[in-house]
Amino acid sequence: MVERQSPLEPEFHVGSHGNFEHGVEILLTETRPGSIVQLAAWPGEEKKLIAAIRSVTVLALPDGAGGGSSDGVKSVFGFAPGKFTVADEAEGLAAAFAKAVTPAIGTVTDLSHGRTAIRIAGPKAEWVLAKFFTIDFALPAFPVGAGRSTAHHDVFAQIQRTGADQFDIYVFRSFARSFWNALCHASEEVGYEVQ
Amino acid sequence: MLITCPYCGPRDVIEFTYQGDGNRERPDPASQNFEAWNAYVYDRLNPAGDHNEIWQHSGGCRTHLRVVRNTLTHEISSVAFVRGDHASTARRKAEDKA
Repeated sequence: MVERQSPLEPEFHVGSHGNFEHGVEILLTETRPGSIVQLAAWPGEEKKLIAAIRSVTVLALPDGAGGGSSDGVKSVFGFAPGKFTVADEAEGLAAAFAKAVTPAIGTVTDLSHGRTAIRIAGPKAEWVLAKFFTIDFALPAFPVGAGRSTAHHDVFAQIQRTGADQFDIYVFRSFARSFWNALCHASEEVGYEVQ
Repeated sequence: MLITCPYCGPRDVIEFTYQGDGNRERPDPASQNFEAWNAYVYDRLNPAGDHNEIWQHSGGCRTHLRVVRNTLTHEISSVAFVRGDHASTARRKAEDKA
């Protein structure tokens, strides 16, 4: 396979930055999943699509709007009625779903080259994200595995909570570098490390 | 102003796009009834009070919503999916009440 270049590369500086004398409270990295796929069910076919997701990823979607789960390798979450984002460290997810999701069930869109996945973790992750997005990041309102679709200055973002203090943010690849810069600036005051 | 999206929960109005008056009924595209078309394009109730509106959650789940907003107070008294068959996925509301 062709090696995929990161849009963050010119601004991706590994190491500690900002006000980190008293410790690093934010970890930033790019997860670089091999596959990012968007699935949409036709009206009434949602249950069949959820079953197809389970058969391909072995991940069970919890009931509820924005519900999702992650096993550290594969991730899935709902971002709109009948629509789901699935990511996998390995490539080939779109091909697997093209077999499982028949045209009668819904659609499969391969976004592997269209989105950039940024991971923000650490005790201040909620606090930094709260500066960006007008949604509730508290654990009871945004449980582990759940996904949210929202926007920062008209840049659409899908956020999945993959840990108590860890979030994966999927942004358009073409906006990823400026979003990354903004995220670095926002993390400066608490000290951040790029890994 | 907050709009409680049936899928996403309460969100700031900046995430939404106004899609116009929800009272309009589009004539048959083949219709030659110019009065009906004129009414569809130009006639508005402009009420001082509750108003049926269509909004899109463009900065979120991107669904279209039927919203009743009070034009005097901006109070939102009801939000529902325009597409009725989405109602089964409106589970956030039940979570909020719990």
